Amino acid sequence: MSDILVLAETENNYLHSTAGELIAAGRKLADELGNQVCAVITDDVDESSFKNLIHLGADKVYVISHAELSKGNIDAFVSYLEQICIQINPNVILTSRTYMGRNIGARIAYRLESGVAQDCIDVEIDKNSSRVIATRPVYGGNAVARFTFNQDDPQVIILRVKSFDSNEIDTTRNGSIEKLNISIDNDAIKLKLIETVKEESEGIRLEDAPVIVAGGRGLGGPEPFKQLEELANIFDGAVGASRAVCDAGWMDHAFQIGLTGKQVAPDVYITVGISGASQHMAGCLGSRNIIAINNDADANIFKDASYGVVGDWEKVLPSFTEAVRDLLKS
Amino acid sequence: MSFNIVVCVKQVVDPDTPSAAFNINQDKLSVIPADGIPPVVNGYCENAVEAALKIKDSIPDTTVTVVSIGTNFIMDVIKKPLSMGADKMILVDDPNLESLDPFSTTKILSSVISKISDYDLIICGQHASDWDNAHVPMGISETLNIPCLNSAREIDIKPNEITIKSSIPDGYITLKSSLPALVTVSNEIGEPRYPTLKGIMQASRKTPEKLSFENIDIKISDLSPKMTLVDLALPVSNSKCEILEGEDDADSGKLLALKLRESKII
Ligand SMILES: Cc1cc2nc3c(=O)[nH]c(=O)nc-3n(C[C@H](O)[C@H](O)[C@H](O)COP(=O)(O)OP(=O)(O)OC[C@H]3O[C@@H](n4cnc5c(N)ncnc54)[C@H](O)[C@@H]3O)c2cc1C
Ligand SMILES: Nc1ncnc2c1ncn2[C@@H]1O[C@H](COP(=O)(O)O)[C@@H](O)[C@H]1O
Repeated sequence: MSDILVLAETENNYLHSTAGELIAAGRKLADELGNQVCAVITDDVDESSFKNLIHLGADKVYVISHAELSKGNIDAFVSYLEQICIQINPNVILTSRTYMGRNIGARIAYRLESGVAQDCIDVEIDKNSSRVIATRPVYGGNAVARFTFNQDDPQVIILRVKSFDSNEIDTTRNGSIEKLNISIDNDAIKLKLIETVKEESEGIRLEDAPVIVAGGRGLGGPEPFKQLEELANIFDGAVGASRAVCDAGWMDHAFQIGLTGKQVAPDVYITVGISGASQHMAGCLGSRNIIAINNDADANIFKDASYGVVGDWEKVLPSFTEAVRDLLKS
Repeated sequence: MSFNIVVCVKQVVDPDTPSAAFNINQDKLSVIPADGIPPVVNGYCENAVEAALKIKDSIPDTTVTVVSIGTNFIMDVIKKPLSMGADKMILVDDPNLESLDPFSTTKILSSVISKISDYDLIICGQHASDWDNAHVPMGISETLNIPCLNSAREIDIKPNEITIKSSIPDGYITLKSSLPALVTVSNEIGEPRYPTLKGIMQASRKTPEKLSFENIDIKISDLSPKMTLVDLALPVSNSKCEILEGEDDADSGKLLALKLRESKII
């Protein structure tokens, strides 16, 4: 049986939000091919997570355990996946373009001498070959490419975060949960994880914020970000930044949104002094509404925004913020 | 202690090419470089060179060898790492590489690197801004069976050991492995240094070593692309932006807020 194998990541003892996205993408392929979605998960989670994977659309859950997996050692994940692939010979492997997923996905593909497509935003089955067609933005989003695989076994897809919506939880779904006994070669674990240091700023996480106010080089320096924060606070939202801002040291890299920063999809994404380069938009195109304040009417951002003002942010932003505050009060 | 670093560098279409100047050749399924905009060294590859030179700053007996695979190299562009301070450059320039795929690139790079005796460290960019593949470095580490340390923002070398701070979304992980190893870097490792006048002079006297497939025991039949590009298109934007325009900028800001409220966006 050639199944679709999904690597379900965990976070603080629960499923990572990308697990549901991967299963949704996996279901799309599996339903077309008539095979099953199998999720692989580590055992360092609340027991309910295993069932949750099934309720989200998985048919089988394989539970693996090893101290190095719990630490997040990529070498351990690659070795485990290698062994699982030998046992179940999947047709497709899906991981997320997270820190873990993008590295594990690429490594397992080369370990198994298969193909891999990084940062996919859609997957479908080619009717003729029954192989996957992967759609991925290239050239920083200036073009979109579609690739097919030249061989099966397995086709490795690394999915852009938030490019698929999780399915609704269906508590009537059934499936099997199996603890896999796997032994790996300890020499294959070459990386030592010394420590993980969280530098999370206080306040709501960018990925979870319903409203994000993002600033760019047009702000001219670090001080104006206080004004963005003021606006964000009205919505209980968060502040983000372009890479130009982070490279200039105005904001920490943890605030960077884009292809090489965080991928976000809030209800409202308000940009101030951001030109809308494709590499920036790669991180926020999933937002429900994009709003732009920029003094250049030809700026790229107006191609993706639904509402905007062409003007100097120093004049536009204070009155916008004040009006928003008044409106939300009433 | 003498130390050998290999840096993998790719020449790419300038990522700052305006979207409007971006065109696709539908027959070849390739991007047509915009007129008058020369290619550049991939940004993260410049960061990789910088990372290598930082190590060279602290371990004087370090040799930095830059390797690049491609066609149509522009010498003024690709030699930039030499003017930044790298010692040597190897170019694999073969007409068969016109439409180079990442799996073949990986194979060729691995083969070239394994011929460089006694390498201690390979440094790659985290991804190349043309095809955004972001997997060639992992491919090299798997092929050469050496540790792969990703997304370094700091690198520390001790005899026979490397420690990095690897950037994660909300902080960093400290990772350690033995050498030889492969590391990937992004802009977080630090701005690439500007070539000095002396560096530019020295680079102008250096000739990159050019290799073709025969020199590295690679046959076209050894290369297996694994994937096929079937379609390449410009992205479609389906958004129509409504611009709010008041009496002055401040007024426009207010109108924007009212509009968002009216449309139930806020
Ligand atoms: C491989 C790669 C990866 C990348 N990854 C990312 C990424 O993850 N995230 C990211 O953001 N970028 C990324 N970039 C960089 C990206 O290409 C752009 O360079 C960057 O997003 C530009 O940032 P910006 O919009 O703040 O600055 P600019 O492009 O300089 O835009 C500033 C804007 O502010 C406007 N402005 C100026 N003054 C005012 C004013 N007074 N009032 C109102 N508006 C004003 C200007 O009209 C302009 O449109 C990447 C690039 C590469 C090559
Ligand atoms: N043709 C090439 N020549 C040299 N190095 C390359 C080449 N292609 C990719 N690399 C290396 O691999 C990194 C990631 O590229 P990619 O996987 O293509 O996105 C680059 O930053 C380079 O360090």
